[in-house]
Amino acid sequence: MIHHKLSKRDFLKLSASAGTLLAAPAWAQQGASAPPAAPRGQVVAGISQEPTVFNPLMPGSEVDQGVWWQLFSTLWFIDAQGNTVADLAREVPSVANGGLSADGLVWKVKLKPGVTWHDGKPFTARDVKYTLDLINNPAFRARNRVGHSLVRDITVVADDEIHWRMESSFTPYMSVLSQTFMVPEHILGAAADPNTAPYNQAPVGTGPFRWGARRAGDHIQLDRNPAYHGQGPYLLRVIFKYIPDQTMLYTQFRSGQIDYLGLSGIQPSFEQEAAKLRGVRIMPVPTPFIEHVALNLGFGPFADKSVREALYLGMNKEARIQAIYQGRPLPTESYVPKGHWAYNDALPAHRHDPKAARALLDAAGWVPGSDGIRVKNGQRLAFSNSTTAGAQAREQSQQLLMQDWRQIGVEMTIENMPAAVIWGNFWQKSQYQSVMVASNFLQGSDPDVTARFSSASIPAKGGSGLNTYQYQNPEMDQLLAQGTREFNLDERKRIYHRIQEIVRGDLVLLPVSQTVIIEAVKEKLVGYENNINSSSNCWNMRSWYWAG
Amino acid sequence: MTQYLLKRGGQSLVLLLLVSLIGFGILYLSPGGPLSQLAQSSNMAQEDIDRLTRSMGLDRPFLIQYADWLLRMVRGDWGASYRDGIGVLATIGSHIGATLSLMAVSTVIAALLGGVIGIWGAVRRHSLMDALSSVGAMIALSIPTFWFGLMAIYLFSIKLGWLPAGNQQTFGDGSFLDLAHHMIAPVMVLALVETAVWARFMRSSMIETLEQDYIRTARAKGVGGRAIIVSHALRNALLPMITLVGLQFPTLLGGALITETVFSWPGMGRLFFDSLEYRDYPVVMGILMLSAIMVMLGSLLADVLYAIADPRIRMD
Repeated sequence: MIHHKLSKRDFLKLSASAGTLLAAPAWAQQGASAPPAAPRGQVVAGISQEPTVFNPLMPGSEVDQGVWWQLFSTLWFIDAQGNTVADLAREVPSVANGGLSADGLVWKVKLKPGVTWHDGKPFTARDVKYTLDLINNPAFRARNRVGHSLVRDITVVADDEIHWRMESSFTPYMSVLSQTFMVPEHILGAAADPNTAPYNQAPVGTGPFRWGARRAGDHIQLDRNPAYHGQGPYLLRVIFKYIPDQTMLYTQFRSGQIDYLGLSGIQPSFEQEAAKLRGVRIMPVPTPFIEHVALNLGFGPFADKSVREALYLGMNKEARIQAIYQGRPLPTESYVPKGHWAYNDALPAHRHDPKAARALLDAAGWVPGSDGIRVKNGQRLAFSNSTTAGAQAREQSQQLLMQDWRQIGVEMTIENMPAAVIWGNFWQKSQYQSVMVASNFLQGSDPDVTARFSSASIPAKGGSGLNTYQYQNPEMDQLLAQGTREFNLDERKRIYHRIQEIVRGDLVLLPVSQTVIIEAVKEKLVGYENNINSSSNCWNMRSWYWAG
Repeated sequence: MTQYLLKRGGQSLVLLLLVSLIGFGILYLSPGGPLSQLAQSSNMAQEDIDRLTRSMGLDRPFLIQYADWLLRMVRGDWGASYRDGIGVLATIGSHIGATLSLMAVSTVIAALLGGVIGIWGAVRRHSLMDALSSVGAMIALSIPTFWFGLMAIYLFSIKLGWLPAGNQQTFGDGSFLDLAHHMIAPVMVLALVETAVWARFMRSSMIETLEQDYIRTARAKGVGGRAIIVSHALRNALLPMITLVGLQFPTLLGGALITETVFSWPGMGRLFFDSLEYRDYPVVMGILMLSAIMVMLGSLLADVLYAIADPRIRMD
């Protein structure tokens, strides 16, 4: 049943809880003291990848986004509790406040007055229009156009008000906009080519910090924006220090040169030692990334559901989580992170049962060959598994999987490759047999997974999505279409619960765990708060300050 | 000399062309591409990846891409980094200073220290000090640079707390003293291996020189030991060392790459490593070409200096 009607109550609920991760522990440091009256001090944030993209509409990684949150603002954002909070917008549009039409097609956004760009020029509705138009400009190298491509008839009603129409209803757009940073028309619009504009290396935003300096290959310095429209910042500057080697990153944190170690986190092998350090706080932080074994359903044996079920029964998840990650990751049966409003906690629990796995394969006609590996119609039950070479924990995990599956008569061989190789065509065009990967399946923070599981999203078959599993299911296609048109939160929950049931039942992928990383800050640094709805826990650096 | 320089210049150009073709070919053939890692981390759809690949010209045939790159490079346009859009020369320029400073300071220290140790070993051959310096040099040459780096951090940063564990500066400071403070450990590590090389070469060269007839003649004429070494032997013993400066350049650059990674030193070595990992072809090619040019110039310079220092050598 498709609900096109949206009640005011529903929309308020949706706005308040889009992408919520309700149960995840938020490591908010409770105010040990009040923020300082005047900004003071600096924070050095250590990261293992270098931020290099400073136009927030261009293709960038999580580390780039950590910098964008400081320089730019969105119309609204989703906080650590999952609330949608107005930022550049005066209020989050809803049916109740007249910002959205009942069918979700007309959007009317009122903007906060008095906001200025870092160069002092006023931020207006024309900047919002320019941003949306730029994303849809075919000549511009936009990161992606999901949702934006449906926007039509953008009208600047006043300096502080903008309207547009959606070609079709698309519920996740609220979430997409919560991560769409606004860029200035008066600078980028004047550039001959926005792809190569000098702006991209000297960005001007409306965020709490201004561009300071960049030393390529080393660090980025951002200075406080004294005219910031929100509360804060309480620091004079923030430095993103790039240290590619994770051991060195930890060493520098240990020796006090780094104040916050985030994004990549501390390696599990250092966790116990780190916990004993004085004056620092070590925090296990759940992320939206789901570690799983991706099976290419286009590869012969995996087309047989019995094989997938047997592999899952034969996998000792618990041993892996305990032995390799000291019990940190959260075992899961779903691709949705625990605590998210769409998370289905009624999925059948995994059990490690090699005997049942063997029986299942016997029944499916896979009989053990002379070398103990099962065979059916002349095909051995043997496949390769790949992951990023050098990812130590995953490589150990592969060893355990090899042993687990050998016990049920399945041969797994390891074929690891450098990141640039494995995540290229090998993964994107489904050239793999199986892969160990951690993926964030959320669309912004919306549970729409059309790109992942729709039969029209298989790149290897001409699709334009991320369905590298090559999964096809008509019921799934229908549910996915419903999910993006539905505004009733309860109905959406029902749809996405059913989608999770199907993914779990068909074992499109073998879910292992929800990734937990170990971040660390100095004890006296107040304000850090992990936010599963953001790609970076630097999202609220405007609120950070030194106690005492 | 002019004819020699022209001949060497011509040979170098051919060699550079070959280096560029092989380098470009290896990069073209290596699987993956500049967008693959990004695609994984930011969940870009295939459609977006294809669109970006076309707009970056990465879908063109090998020869077209190579010819385009070569022609532009010859005209002085080395392209721009795929990662941040900054010109290759500017990117390299912002890193080369850090690397050269490490290499220069290490070389000076290594040459002085290694020279003294080498001369001492040659003059006091088979003494305890000679044996110790030989064993020390062998150890320094055998143990990997990164291990020395890690040990230096463990000892001087973590245990003793005397030196920073990395970086080139304390943020907010920018003084020469701060730079020097951060430089001690990486220079120490880089110079250690270099000192061993210099000491071994100096010792061999000095021993060879001390066995020459003219030294024996000087001794027979009653010239004192110190005067023989300083006035007679040292100048000739230093001749082979001139080539060492040029020939050691690639080794030193390789050592700097590891040292830079261990100490988070923002130099060219680390830039090369990062660029390879991210398949940033223009920067990789830029560093490759620049390194090739520098090695060739180093070698040429060594030959010329050798000829200047020893008039018996003819350049033809």
